[in-house]
Amino acid sequence: MGAKTLFEKLWDSHFVTEIDGEHLVYVDRLFIHEGSRHSFSMLRDSNIKPYRIEQIIGFADHYMPTETTVGGVSGVKDPEIRGMLELMEKNTSEFGIRYFGFQDPDQGILHITPPEQGISQPGMVICGADSHTSTHGAFGSLAFGIGASEAGHIMATQCIWQQRPSRLRINIEGSLPFGVYAKDIILGLIAKFGVGLGVGTAIEFSGSCINNLTMEERMTVCNMTIEAAGRMGMIAPDDTTYEYMEERPYIPKGTLWNDAIDYWRTLPTDDGAIFDDEKGLNIDELVPMVTWGTNPGMAVPITGSVPSPDEVYDENQRNEYIKALDYMDLKPDMGIEDIKIDRVFIGSCTNSRIEDLRAAAEVAAKGQAKVQTWVVPGSKSVKRQAEKEGLDKIFLEAGFQWREPGCSLCTALNGDLLKDGERCASTSNRNFVGRQGPNGKTHLVSPAMAAAAAIKGKLTDVRKLG
Amino acid sequence: MEPFRKLTAIACPFERINVDTNQICPTRFNKLPVNDPYLKKVMFHDQRFTRNGEKKNTQFIFNQDPYTKSEIIVADQNWGIGSSRESAVYALKSFGIRSVIASSFGDIHYNNLTKNGLCPVKLTQNACHDLRQQLVENIGAKITVNLEAMKVIAPNGKEYRFEMHPLKRRCLLEGLDDISLTRKYSEEIQKFEVNHHRSKPFLKIQISN
Repeated sequence: MGAKTLFEKLWDSHFVTEIDGEHLVYVDRLFIHEGSRHSFSMLRDSNIKPYRIEQIIGFADHYMPTETTVGGVSGVKDPEIRGMLELMEKNTSEFGIRYFGFQDPDQGILHITPPEQGISQPGMVICGADSHTSTHGAFGSLAFGIGASEAGHIMATQCIWQQRPSRLRINIEGSLPFGVYAKDIILGLIAKFGVGLGVGTAIEFSGSCINNLTMEERMTVCNMTIEAAGRMGMIAPDDTTYEYMEERPYIPKGTLWNDAIDYWRTLPTDDGAIFDDEKGLNIDELVPMVTWGTNPGMAVPITGSVPSPDEVYDENQRNEYIKALDYMDLKPDMGIEDIKIDRVFIGSCTNSRIEDLRAAAEVAAKGQAKVQTWVVPGSKSVKRQAEKEGLDKIFLEAGFQWREPGCSLCTALNGDLLKDGERCASTSNRNFVGRQGPNGKTHLVSPAMAAAAAIKGKLTDVRKLG
Repeated sequence: MEPFRKLTAIACPFERINVDTNQICPTRFNKLPVNDPYLKKVMFHDQRFTRNGEKKNTQFIFNQDPYTKSEIIVADQNWGIGSSRESAVYALKSFGIRSVIASSFGDIHYNNLTKNGLCPVKLTQNACHDLRQQLVENIGAKITVNLEAMKVIAPNGKEYRFEMHPLKRRCLLEGLDDISLTRKYSEEIQKFEVNHHRSKPFLKIQISN
C-alpha cells in the first residue's frame, strides 16, 4: 500500500463490508444523552437488544439543571425536563448501559467527560448523538455526530453505513499571540472560508500551530469542525496526546498501554499521502474574534466593525447579512467594541474545560461583573479541579455565578434561557437565530473575551486589560 | 419506513442559504415524541407562530397558501447545517414535506432525511435557482421528484438529473429499514470484531480504575 492519511488509516481499520460503495464501518464507542429517546424507542419497537452494550455510554448533560442539583432528578421543577432525565435513567438502567447520570461523581457533557475519563482514545471510531462529537477527533480518532436513527442502528449492530468522505487538510501555522486562544483559531478559520468549507469532508488539522496546542485547545478546534460543515475533524496523536491520557481511569492498563502507544504512533499521515484539498491559515497576526451575525462564519476581529451588506457581492449572501443585522439589531460600520451586552455565558462543550476556566478567571480577577455572568463547568470533575485551584472564589468575588455542570445556555434545553431580546457574549459554538432562547442575540467569543465582556458590560478587547 | 419513489407536488421556493436545523426545529421542541400532534406546527415554528402558537408573520412563505400544502422544498446551499437533531426531520415530515432540493446539505441532516423516508436531492446552484425562479413566476406550480429515474422535472418540463448513493436510494425506494439489512451481515460483523479486538485488544472497553 502507498502512503496513507490519518483518516484513511482509521477508516480502513474499521471497514467491515460494502454495498455499492457504501461502507459498513465498525464503531468502537457510541455516546448518547437524554435526547436519545428515539433510539431506545426504535429498539423497543423492533424488540432488539443492544449488540455491544459495554461500548455504549450515556451522559446526563443536555437537560441537567445548572442552578442547583439538590434533591436529585425528582428535585427538578419543570415536569417535561424532569421527564427527559427520568426517561434516560430508566432507559440506560433497563438496557444496562453505563450512565454518567445525574448523581454520578463524574457526570458531565458528553464531549467533556469521555476525554477526561480516558474513554476517548486514538485509533477509534467514535459516534455520538450530537453534532459536536467531532471534539474527540483531537485524539486522532474518527469521531462524528449522528442522528437518532443512526444511533439506534449502532445500538443494534455496533456499525454504521457511511459514504467515504473526501480528505481535506487544513494547515494552521504560527504561534498564538497574547490574548488569542484556540476558539479564535477556529472562528478565524470559519470566517475566512465560510460555514460550507467542510461539506462532505474529513478534515485533518495540522501544522506548527496545531502541534503546539494542548489537548484541551485541540478539542476546542475539533469541536467546531461541524460549524465549518466538516463531517469529522481530527488531529494526529503525539506525545501531547499520550501525556494527557496517562493515569485516566479508562485507558488501557499495563502492557496494553505500551502496545496501544506503539500502534497509535503508526497513525499519523504518512509523508507523501494525498489529500483531495488543502487549505491554510497563519495565526501570527490573529486578533481575538467575535461573531456579529447569525452563523459562526459571521465573525470579525474585536478591533473591527460590523460589516456592511453593500460589500457583499453574492446576492443570497447579501440578503443573509441584511437579515442577520436586523435580527442582531446592529448597524453596519458600528465598532464591535461599542456593542453593549446583557449577559455572559462561560461554558459548553467548546469552552468549559479547566484551561478555559483558568483563562476566564485570570480576567475575572481584574474587575467586577457589570452584567449577569454565568460560569458553567463542563463536568463535575472540572468543577472539583477549579474549586481546588480556587477559581470558584475568583469568579464569585467578581460577581460571576458559579453553577453546576451541563450544556446549559449553549443548547438552552434545560430551562437556562436568555430573556426575550437579551444580548449575550458566549463561549458556546452556535449563534443561530434563537439558539440561546427566542429572540436572543449571541456573540461567540473565547472564555477570556467573555470574562472581559462581563467586567466591562460590552464586547471588549481582552488584550487591553493587560 | 414509507417508501419514496416518485412525487409530483406543490413545491415551495425557499430563498435562504445556510438554513440550520435550529430554524427548522427550535430547540424546545426536541422533547416532543415523534407522534406528538403539535409537531405539525414545529417546522420553522418561530417564524410562523408566536410563543403561544398563534399564527404570525403572514409574509413568511410557509404561512401562505398554497405553500401551506407544499410537499417539496427548493432551497439553496447548506440546507440543514448545525445540530444533529432528527426532530428537524420529524418537523418537516409532520408538515407534509417529502423531499428537499438543495445545492448542498449538512451531512448529518442529509442522512436523517433518508432514514425517515424523505428524499434529499442535490442539484447545482443554477438548477436550484432556475427551479425557484419558475416557482415564483407560477405560484403553486408542481415539481416532480422521480427517485426511480433520478430526475427532477421542473414546471416548464425541463429535466434535471441527480445522483444518490445506490444504497440510500434502494432503502428509500423500497422503504427498507436498514437495521434488518445490516443484520444480514452479522456474520461479517462478528468476524471483523474478533479480528479487530485480537489485533488491537487495547480498543476494547477497559474497566475504570
